[in-house]
Amino acid sequence: MKRRTVLKTVGAGVAATGMEGILSTQRAPVFAQANTVHILRWNDFVPAADKVLREVYAPEVQKALGIKLNVETVNANDIPARATSAIQSGNGPDIFMLLNNYPHLYASAAVDVGSLADEVSKAQGGLYEPAVQLNRVGGSWVAMPWAVVPGLIAYRKSWFEEVGAKEFPKTWQAYHEFGKKLKAAKRPIGQTLGNTFGDAPSFTYPLLWSFGGQELDDKGKVVLDSKETLESVRFMVQFWKDAHDEGGLAWDDSNNNRAFLSGDISAALNGASIYVAALNGADKFKTEKGAPLHTDILHARLPAGPNGAHAYHTAFSHMVMKYSKNTKGAIEFLRWAHTKENYEKWFVVQKGFAVGPTRDWENHPMWNNDPVMLPFKTAPLAQSRLMGHGGPPDKRAAEAWNKFIITVMYAQAASGKFKPEETVKWAAGELAKIYT
Amino acid sequence: MVVGAERAAAAAGSAETVQVSRLTRLLENEKLLAATLLAPGVLILALFIAYPFVMALWISVTSVRVGDPGEFVGLANFTKAWNDSIFQTAFRNTFFYTFWATIFKLILGMWLALLLNRSFRFKRIVRASMLLPFIIPTVLSAFAWRWMFDPTFSVMNWTLYHMGLITDRLPFLSDGDWAMWCAVLVNTWRGMPFFAITLLAGLQTISPDLHEAASLDGANAWNRFWHVTWPLLLPVTLVVVVFSVIQTFSDFQLIYVLTGGGPANSTHLVATYAYQIGVASGLLGEGAALSLFMFPVLFAVVWVQLRYLKRMDGA
Repeated sequence: MKRRTVLKTVGAGVAATGMEGILSTQRAPVFAQANTVHILRWNDFVPAADKVLREVYAPEVQKALGIKLNVETVNANDIPARATSAIQSGNGPDIFMLLNNYPHLYASAAVDVGSLADEVSKAQGGLYEPAVQLNRVGGSWVAMPWAVVPGLIAYRKSWFEEVGAKEFPKTWQAYHEFGKKLKAAKRPIGQTLGNTFGDAPSFTYPLLWSFGGQELDDKGKVVLDSKETLESVRFMVQFWKDAHDEGGLAWDDSNNNRAFLSGDISAALNGASIYVAALNGADKFKTEKGAPLHTDILHARLPAGPNGAHAYHTAFSHMVMKYSKNTKGAIEFLRWAHTKENYEKWFVVQKGFAVGPTRDWENHPMWNNDPVMLPFKTAPLAQSRLMGHGGPPDKRAAEAWNKFIITVMYAQAASGKFKPEETVKWAAGELAKIYT
Repeated sequence: MVVGAERAAAAAGSAETVQVSRLTRLLENEKLLAATLLAPGVLILALFIAYPFVMALWISVTSVRVGDPGEFVGLANFTKAWNDSIFQTAFRNTFFYTFWATIFKLILGMWLALLLNRSFRFKRIVRASMLLPFIIPTVLSAFAWRWMFDPTFSVMNWTLYHMGLITDRLPFLSDGDWAMWCAVLVNTWRGMPFFAITLLAGLQTISPDLHEAASLDGANAWNRFWHVTWPLLLPVTLVVVVFSVIQTFSDFQLIYVLTGGGPANSTHLVATYAYQIGVASGLLGEGAALSLFMFPVLFAVVWVQLRYLKRMDGA
């Protein structure tokens, strides 16, 4: 065979496989660029919501936009690890669901979704203010707010009444007093102080703020080591011993759900997942008198301290990744999902566990179905502070949050291993290392 | 045409012969042959061991964050880690965890190996089933243990309570000290079969004649073990202990699943804390520096092992 023949044969072969086009345009073949959008989210505490993504959104968005939606769900505590490896390798899901202020951590890897955020905000009554601070970095929208999971206290109405609380205690002191009686009756309060993303910091940050403690002053100086912080820690030590299930030091975000549903605890700061599970499993979860458990559950906001009442509600956002080969498809999918018609399909199965990112969702008729869920409707409006308070909820605040510094400050004292003064100094020192 | 083709084939054949003989001559050179045979192994080591290690060294002296290439910061990450109280706890924990888990694995593994070295019915089945903890993926077994130690629903607490042995729940994972000992227990449970099987293999190489002779000389069971079995088993024991120390010192999965480093950071090991800082918080430079603190310790362990093996070779 002559050299020329060989070259011709190889050339024909290359052309037949499409390699010629790929080599000349230096782009991957068409089949690798199909309009697929890979979204990574948490394992929702309301499993029906994940079902909506897979069984309703996926076929409908395929039909409407030709997008093949690939939904992957993982434990929420594992999302940062997945995001880090995806960003560093430049390969992974097109969209990441992120919690709280993680968008600040990964801002450099995000596509600006400002036009989508403006569009949704304008059309749906305005985004909640915390969402703006959590997702706008340096003037760019690095993630699109998706939902807020309010953290409220789910409590056993009859058990609180039995110890004399006609309504849920309005102050920490009163909560302590009733909690003491409840624990004496083997019905303690259940609260995690473990290294976990949701229920622990949603409790400890507002506790700190309600006693007047805060992380930074308005000049960005760490001011955690204060009289007010110390008071809050001292209070917590006694409150923990007198009123709590002390196993909470090792709980993650799901332990309180199980403990409440099995009748082991009388109250827990949580999303509405306890109530939703009790509602969905009315035959399974009963009170000691045999009534469905959900009929004995009510929700309340965290009590007030000397500096008023505060709350932290977990924010959920979607980040479109810069490395994605289909950023356009990813944004189109989010635009499609945020239309009222489509978002509603996900929103209603949440039954109030997650509320919408904009104020219009407060007016949805779903809220008329169940008065027990009403406190969740406007809960995001009560949130006036974010992590790193005194300063912005930036990546340094995210680092402090990820290191569980505020939660560990309380946990160390509650466990008796540290004196309140020692743990406050320790936490202030750790914050100072981050902020200097 | 046919003649032309034959000529071309003959020419190609002779060229091939020349090439083959040249290659054979080259490979007759022992140094070259050794280099050729070693090349694939060296390439694999370079790609999968040396490159990541050199990268870790480089990253540890930079301020790389997730999505941000950072800049050279010298030893700042190491200084920061050294002054970090959580790291200090994690470093102490790593030594504590490795020391006690290795001691327990050695004692219990030796005891089990001596038992299994005897003759009894279903010996093979028992030996095979003993490997189960080692075979089950660590993540799965750690999850099972986590359930057994659960602060609210622990089956152990339930059993002890119903047997009347306790009146209140034991704080398996909710007290820092208890949680650390629980981690040592699970690591021992998981690693003991490796010790037992390896020591059993060592035991089977010891001639029964030696024990018989010792018995005739009046040695009791303890003396036979101490003066016959133990000295002959020492080389195998040392190798097993060194491997175990390396694995335990760099353990990650078990603590990550069982305690997540809690409560209040009291069970973090160097590996889990490096992961929390480097991967979960995105501070890759600091995470790399933290993990490199394990290197001098592991290097010393490997050095001792190599030195011992060299001495054994010499003997």
